[in-house]
Amino acid sequence: MLGRTANGLYWMFRYIERAENIARLVDAGLRVSLTRAGSSDEDWNGVLESAGVREAYSEVHPELTAADAIDYLLRDQANPSSVMSCIEWGRNNARMVRTALTRETWEATNEAWIDLKARLARKLKPADLPELIDVIKHRCGLIRGAFHGSMLRNDLYNFSRIGTFIERADNTSRILDVKYYVLLPAVSQIGSALDNFQWESILRSVSAQRSYGWVYDGDYQSANIADFLILKVQMPRSLAYCYEKIVSNLDYLAETYGERIKAHETAAAIRSSLKRGSIADIMESGLHEFLEDFVSRNNQLSAEISEGYRFYQ
Amino acid sequence: MLTAENLPRPPYKTYHEWYASQDAAHLIRKTQDAENIFRKTGITFAVYGHADSSEKLIPFDIIPRIISAREWRKLAQGIEQRVLALNAFLDDIYHKQEIIKAGRIPRELIERNTAFLPEMIGFKPPGGVYTHIVGTDIVRTGEDQFFVLEDNARTPSGVSYMLENRETMMQMFPELFTLNKVQRVEDYPRLLRQSLASLAPPGCKGRPRVAVLTPGIYNSAYYEHSFLADQMGVELVEGSDLRVIDGRVKMRTTQGYEAIDVLYRRVDDDFLDPLTFRPDSALGIPGIMDVYRAGNITIANAPGTGISDDKAIYSYMPEIVEFYTGRKALLENVPTWRCSEPSSLKYVLEHIEELVIKEVHGSGGYGMLVGPTATKKERAEFAEKLAAKPNNYIAQPTLALSTVPIFVNKGIAPRHVDLRPYVLVSDKVKIIPGGLTRVALKQGSLVVNSSQGGGTKDTWVLED
Repeated sequence: MLGRTANGLYWMFRYIERAENIARLVDAGLRVSLTRAGSSDEDWNGVLESAGVREAYSEVHPELTAADAIDYLLRDQANPSSVMSCIEWGRNNARMVRTALTRETWEATNEAWIDLKARLARKLKPADLPELIDVIKHRCGLIRGAFHGSMLRNDLYNFSRIGTFIERADNTSRILDVKYYVLLPAVSQIGSALDNFQWESILRSVSAQRSYGWVYDGDYQSANIADFLILKVQMPRSLAYCYEKIVSNLDYLAETYGERIKAHETAAAIRSSLKRGSIADIMESGLHEFLEDFVSRNNQLSAEISEGYRFYQ
Repeated sequence: MLTAENLPRPPYKTYHEWYASQDAAHLIRKTQDAENIFRKTGITFAVYGHADSSEKLIPFDIIPRIISAREWRKLAQGIEQRVLALNAFLDDIYHKQEIIKAGRIPRELIERNTAFLPEMIGFKPPGGVYTHIVGTDIVRTGEDQFFVLEDNARTPSGVSYMLENRETMMQMFPELFTLNKVQRVEDYPRLLRQSLASLAPPGCKGRPRVAVLTPGIYNSAYYEHSFLADQMGVELVEGSDLRVIDGRVKMRTTQGYEAIDVLYRRVDDDFLDPLTFRPDSALGIPGIMDVYRAGNITIANAPGTGISDDKAIYSYMPEIVEFYTGRKALLENVPTWRCSEPSSLKYVLEHIEELVIKEVHGSGGYGMLVGPTATKKERAEFAEKLAAKPNNYIAQPTLALSTVPIFVNKGIAPRHVDLRPYVLVSDKVKIIPGGLTRVALKQGSLVVNSSQGGGTKDTWVLED
């Protein structure tokens, strides 16, 4: 396979994953503003930060308003992480690697682009938002489903999956990091209703408000939420789960190509630290420090994969 | 579809009965369905020189063009003869040049032609095949009366439309394919791959590695390039993916450089190798011509084949076919005036309102004049260009083209069409039964090019 194709697939799936995550973040933000008495536009600060675009937003919008934040996150093409930009870039990469995709996967991607381009062409009305967010999630789900149901399980598949999970791990750790202070033991002992909405919004932004209940008997506990999103390997957006998948896909590549590269070592080390780690230790030595370190190791892994497998544009 | 007595022509009989039982509103809906299918599949093309040009759809007409098995056989024989003659002609002009020595073609027409590549002199491509893929443009003027308009022997495009049109028709009207026995076109990608692989360089061991070379995603035919690579199951590469290393053309893979044996290039000769041809080309592979001449890669179609679809050479095709096959050409040429000859030029200028005038090297319907439909001013302007550079033009009469039905909101209307069957050449010649039918959608128009508002339709060749 061409290094350019591997690169295109990797980024196609990073962008599709990001589009969906941004939609979830906006969904969580909307939820907070609907359910919490005394909510204000300032609540969107956290959402913009989780999306990693707080500074870029300020450069375009001097003031923070809910409407501007939502517009910036969903449809502003000047924002490289907006849903529209992600879909555009995801589809561009798909078009470039068209021969590597099954017809189903390509059509699901192309139709997502056609549909969302039309829907995001005009200013958004608050009443349209719930449906729009559903459509984004559906469209991304269709791409994923077509991909799972039809792609050959070969190196193409592995590079696509690795892209998905590197992006997802990055997104989950950012979401946690923005809210890390809510999860600090000293604050969380209060356990007031005021904190509950913060926790719920974290869970909602990873579509886990229900599954959390099944695993931890419903009670919001800061350590449990952190445990769920970092270490719980059954949780499909946790860091531990992402690294299970990254390692197994890298192992398939090693088997196919008969060669291990530096990335294998790095990924295995991150995975084993997640496997062995306990949430008490992580909280003890600093959740923020842990997440910061994780994001940078995740980026390092991405760079090692690009280099080791000769990605180019 | 109908004869003068208003009866359906025999191949259309079954279709006509089916059509009569259909509800017009339903068919209008189907036309919209077809558009949606094309859009979601991404079967788009770019028109150069339009601001909002990225990704347009070619209009699709839902009424198939139907050809009987008998008429097709006759046509196929003529095409095969012509394609064999083209290959023999190319082999000759790059070797012994007997046709020039025999005085059948003027020497300067070959040697001063920009499509003639001196780099190919004395070189025999693997298997002796020059034109691996040919798309001959044909028009029909009546029962069993066919004329060849053009021999597209460099990089004929449009085959993806032939395949997708069929796919779309089968999706929309499955019942039609049980009512009619239509010959298959779906084998084309498999046959193409076999045909290309069978012409790998002699030194190639094991399964030949085939790749399609595209100028990239901004090229107007990018969809087709990716479609063909995908359907054949081979890599789609750009010039920047390839390097010449140790005398082989290699691509940059996730595991290092890997050699390619056969390159189906969709890049023009000029851009193929910046060391040999245009030095400013960023689309090509520096040094590929050396690898080619050393016999370590097959390039399809061979460089230098362009000369055979030059419009000035076209006018000699009857002589060429006879010279190499020893028989009269089965398919007729459209009578052609070479404006380079003073008596012809005089005739053309005097009859400009009856003629179609084309640039010798032009393609895609650009730079041509359709005399009967042009305005007085257009004709006068074109006459000036023509008089200034007569060598650059040929002229042909407008034929009384037969029409086929298309579907419009008011029902059925006649339109002019041409036909491009696709031919694969290896040790044998394979002609896919069918091809691309292009339609001039404007009433009365004779220009079928998609860049000039033409559409396409599915083309059926019936079983006996």
